[in-house]
Amino acid sequence: MIPFTYVRPKDTADAVALGTREPASRFLGGGTNLVDLMKMGVEHPAHLIDVTRLPLAAIERTADGIRIGAMTRNTEVAAHPLVVGGYPLLSQALLSGASPQIRNMATTGGNLLQRTRCFYFYDPSYKECNKRVPGSGCAALNGYNRIHAILGASERCIATYPGDMAVALTALDARVIVQGAQRERTIPINTFYRLPGETPHIENDLKAGELITALETRSRPLTAARSTSRCGIAIHSHSAWCRWRQ
Amino acid sequence: MGATAAALTISGTTVEMAVAAVAATVHCSLTINGDLHDLDLEPRVTLLDLLRERLYLTGTKKGCDHGQCGACTVLINGTRVNSCLALAVTQDGNQITTIEGLAANGNLHPMQAAFIERDGFQCGFCTSGQICSAVAMLDEWKRGMPSAVTTHGAAADFSDAEIRERMAGNICRCGAYPNIVAAVRDVHQGSGAQ
Repeated sequence: MIPFTYVRPKDTADAVALGTREPASRFLGGGTNLVDLMKMGVEHPAHLIDVTRLPLAAIERTADGIRIGAMTRNTEVAAHPLVVGGYPLLSQALLSGASPQIRNMATTGGNLLQRTRCFYFYDPSYKECNKRVPGSGCAALNGYNRIHAILGASERCIATYPGDMAVALTALDARVIVQGAQRERTIPINTFYRLPGETPHIENDLKAGELITALETRSRPLTAARSTSRCGIAIHSHSAWCRWRQ
Repeated sequence: MGATAAALTISGTTVEMAVAAVAATVHCSLTINGDLHDLDLEPRVTLLDLLRERLYLTGTKKGCDHGQCGACTVLINGTRVNSCLALAVTQDGNQITTIEGLAANGNLHPMQAAFIERDGFQCGFCTSGQICSAVAMLDEWKRGMPSAVTTHGAAADFSDAEIRERMAGNICRCGAYPNIVAAVRDVHQGSGAQ
């Protein structure tokens, strides 16, 4: 792993200020994807800003739904009465993805920012990856691409977004709350992610230094109930490697 | 961070070499199996490497080193995690329990004893992770945490399917799963947590 500096900001404003000032920085949540990508040499931030101890770990009822702090762990969200009772789809999506150990570590904000599991993105020994090195090409186009996109792909990139939670959140019309240096923004999740197009290295609507602070859902019981089955096929088993179920 | 030059003298011969610049260390305190450790750590050191390479607690195993196999499972404040994906500096102030810390007063933890009784392993490489994971898993069960096979709203049954789903973060390439399930069930029944 390439050396980096580590800092634990004292509050959200401090974190955002650091992230805005240092473009070569990354916010660190549970680390389950970022630390792995750093080991692989795909991510090599000069600075890690550990945001896990910021006071953003509450799950609470709002006037028209619930608000999930970005630093809540996936396990807590999946088990929380407000989620299990009001948004079972979200609970099921979380429980169907990753392992219990990963869910204990992974944060809500970090989960949203998972990066693709495209083999060619994940392995820097492949020179061609427009997502890793813009303009370098796409090794997946003529490679092993069974796990790649059918819809939404471009000639520059056919990688898929890997998360299960965001699929459920899209069905639930959730909103992503982000804090920037100047202001807080609310981004509907269906515009948060970008299709690869000509710029596959730009994956979402976040601006430099902006920190995800929370998710919000609105109470729409019909949506919550209907979407349980609608999303079923999009949620894959976490036991891709595992033989426990045989 | 770029490379810097360094001179190393080996048997009287000085060798000029390029070494990767080392980031400033970070001071942190971790309580590991009840012992407080004050440490100055490079931020890139994972909890797994701290345990094995610096503290010589080699019971925790490095399998895949990518969070997929579970061999490195330890407990942080009682919660099971993959120590290969946790940077040690992020654990400042936390209580870590490894396989070495489960036995008490010379007596094996009931889960350790059950794995021996039920022959819940073959090569043993995954076993410390399996045991740490199973200990935390039973605690999660007692606290009513759901799993992907839990039927919401129904009285959950501690079925083999539940055990297998909840232990899915630990792979055993020898395939000792049936005996691991039996060991976990023994401890669950012995603990009166039904």
